[in-house]
Amino acid sequence: MIEIENVHKSYGSLEVIKGVTMQVEKGEVVSIIGGSGSGKSTLLQCINGLEPIQKGHIRVDGIDVHAKGTDLNKLRRKIGIVFQQWNAFPHLNVLENVTLAPRKVLGLSAREANEIAEKHLVHVGLGDKLKVMPSRLSGGQQQRMAIARALAMSPDYMLFDEVTSALDPQLVGEVLDTMRMLSAEGMTMIVVTHEIRFAREVSNRVAFFHKGLIHEIGAPEEVIGAPKKPETIDFLKSVL
Amino acid sequence: MNYTFHWNQALRRLPEMLDGALVTLQVASLAMVIGVAIGVLLAYGRLSSNRVLRTSAAAWVETARNTPALFQIYFFYFGLGSFGLRLDPFMALLAGIAFNNAGYLAETFRGGLQAIPPSQTRAARSLGLSALQTSVHVVLPQMFRIVFYPMTNQMVWSILMSSLGVIVGMTSDLTGVTQELNARTFRTFEFFALAAVLYYAMAKLTILAARLIGWRLFRT
Repeated sequence: MIEIENVHKSYGSLEVIKGVTMQVEKGEVVSIIGGSGSGKSTLLQCINGLEPIQKGHIRVDGIDVHAKGTDLNKLRRKIGIVFQQWNAFPHLNVLENVTLAPRKVLGLSAREANEIAEKHLVHVGLGDKLKVMPSRLSGGQQQRMAIARALAMSPDYMLFDEVTSALDPQLVGEVLDTMRMLSAEGMTMIVVTHEIRFAREVSNRVAFFHKGLIHEIGAPEEVIGAPKKPETIDFLKSVL
Repeated sequence: MNYTFHWNQALRRLPEMLDGALVTLQVASLAMVIGVAIGVLLAYGRLSSNRVLRTSAAAWVETARNTPALFQIYFFYFGLGSFGLRLDPFMALLAGIAFNNAGYLAETFRGGLQAIPPSQTRAARSLGLSALQTSVHVVLPQMFRIVFYPMTNQMVWSILMSSLGVIVGMTSDLTGVTQELNARTFRTFEFFALAAVLYYAMAKLTILAARLIGWRLFRT
């Protein structure tokens, strides 16, 4: 379970998260929607400790992410994250991109790591691209590789940070399909997205972020289907 | 002009000069390896948030880049000698060039490190790699790719700079051997022209070898 409790986060004097509380249960898919600058991407970076917070707590399976003495490298094995910019390692081929962390962090042998990586790459539809360099892949393929790279660490949670925002429209579908597949397999996911239809379809719950706060959270039929707050209604009008 | 060229006399000594060239390559390569290792540390030092590290790295870089290489070699030979630490000519020359290389390379590396998007580090750290693992497996391989050709220039410079060893009594490298032959025969022009050709060849071969290695190493 991921517990987010009264989290405040500032960049200098600019407060981007102003007291967010929410929980994500094992097996749940929670989508976070909202305008840019609403703090939703920042929250994901706080969950795996890439960004410090100023106030509040985030606990992952009971471990306080921002407590002194928390082994973040160890904690991050539990939490996979995929970014808007897919961040392929350009000097490594597809297979090596995926095996790097299992080998160096989990200490697997090259053979074990290759097996796991191949399994996940086949799963995301890149079984025929193992020896290809990332620069030869399309954006959608690179993004699916990034998903496989995160999955190869067998995480308990997957965080998706606007993973389709930088893609050409015709490539969005293949990435969303991969995420649909994961959610169908029972992966716990927090999905920051602008794909409202997708959020409605795959999520157990949807949270609407506005100016660093959660304005509405609940079942997709409620938040997207029948929003109550004027901010949510305005936002949905502007994107749908 | 009444100087008669005696090329045969010079060419007969070619084997000795080639032996000298080997020593030159040896000093230059060792100085390069040491320079790269220290240069990486200095580049990280200059980008560090720790003030002591940042200042000492900057001091090294500033000194290496803004004082004559000749003085730097002098310092390791005579300078340290006056404190009772005696280096032989080979070691003093090696230390001097390595010191200079490290200073120049640090700046090249710093630029290379800054050219790598911070999101690469983020992605690596998010997979659970430690800061050191991220540097070794993700950042530095990309940096070396960016700075590979500028690094080649430093290697050439390292070869040419090693000729300064003659001023601290180096006799086994190409310049040292040439100087000895010159002192014995007074065929100054012939021997130094031949040495120049050998230096030129070493520089060109270095660049050619780097091209081949780079081509082999950096797949895209």
